Amino acid sequence: MATAEQQAHTEEHPTPRTYVNVAIILSIITIIEVAIVIVEVPSVILISSLLALSAVKFAFVVGWFMHLKFDARLYQALFLGGLFLAIAVLLALVALFENFTLPAT
Amino acid sequence: MAHDATMGQAEAHYTTTGLDHRKILMWVFLASDCLFFGALISTYMVYRSNVPTGPGPEIFDIPYTSVSAFVLLMSSLTMVLALAALQRGNSRQARLWLLATALQGAVFLGGQFYEFNVFVDQGLTITNSVFGTSFFVLTGFHGTHVAIGVFMLLTLVGASWMGRLKPKHDLTVELVGLYWHFVDIVWIVIFTVVYLIPS
Repeated sequence: MATAEQQAHTEEHPTPRTYVNVAIILSIITIIEVAIVIVEVPSVILISSLLALSAVKFAFVVGWFMHLKFDARLYQALFLGGLFLAIAVLLALVALFENFTLPAT
Repeated sequence: MAHDATMGQAEAHYTTTGLDHRKILMWVFLASDCLFFGALISTYMVYRSNVPTGPGPEIFDIPYTSVSAFVLLMSSLTMVLALAALQRGNSRQARLWLLATALQGAVFLGGQFYEFNVFVDQGLTITNSVFGTSFFVLTGFHGTHVAIGVFMLLTLVGASWMGRLKPKHDLTVELVGLYWHFVDIVWIVIFTVVYLIPS
């Protein structure tokens, strides 16, 4: 009987050529990131673009290089659970300190 | 054999989840490390503007750090190529890719060491502002992760050199690979939040 691990790997695995293509995409995104920092753009556009581009890079590495896209759902749930919790903590802390200032001593 | 116990085996074995528990453990560890770095990145974001004395984020050299980020990004490619080579049964090629990954990690660490020295020369230290403390603690802990990763990679290269890393040990390489890619994704976030986004 096939284990869940074996069943999880029934999807087609990426080939080395796919990995190289992903690396090329990651390199292009990095160049775009640096370019939009050097070329002056409004800060709202700059910050939202940088966050979106880094999220895309993050997803490519996790999905393809770490195989999470092709792996068992339990791995996805474990990792994404920790990741979303970390993002929630980050947003809560930043919001808290943006809105409350410590009294001067 | 003794080394089989430490190197891991790819053969399927019964577990309650049907998944290899070593791999589950690695994913749980990485999830917990997300929280660890999440806390450090939050602290940096909160205190990045707190620069009563000494230089602030304006001293960052973005082109220099971009090269470091690119090197670490490419090390993820060589890592995944090492695993693919081992799974194809090509141990020699896997060893070369692992060595390439370790070397890129060492280049990144060297770059970080140089960058830290430049910052200290310019007056930014771990003690002269909360900004400096949060910056050095965040990037320093990331660098420590990279150093541990380089050590694990060199251990695999040594094992391969001695003929102890065979295709049946692909899970061991996969687990080290997961750790290494995690180090890469953390740097993707740090590079954006710390270096690219202006304070």
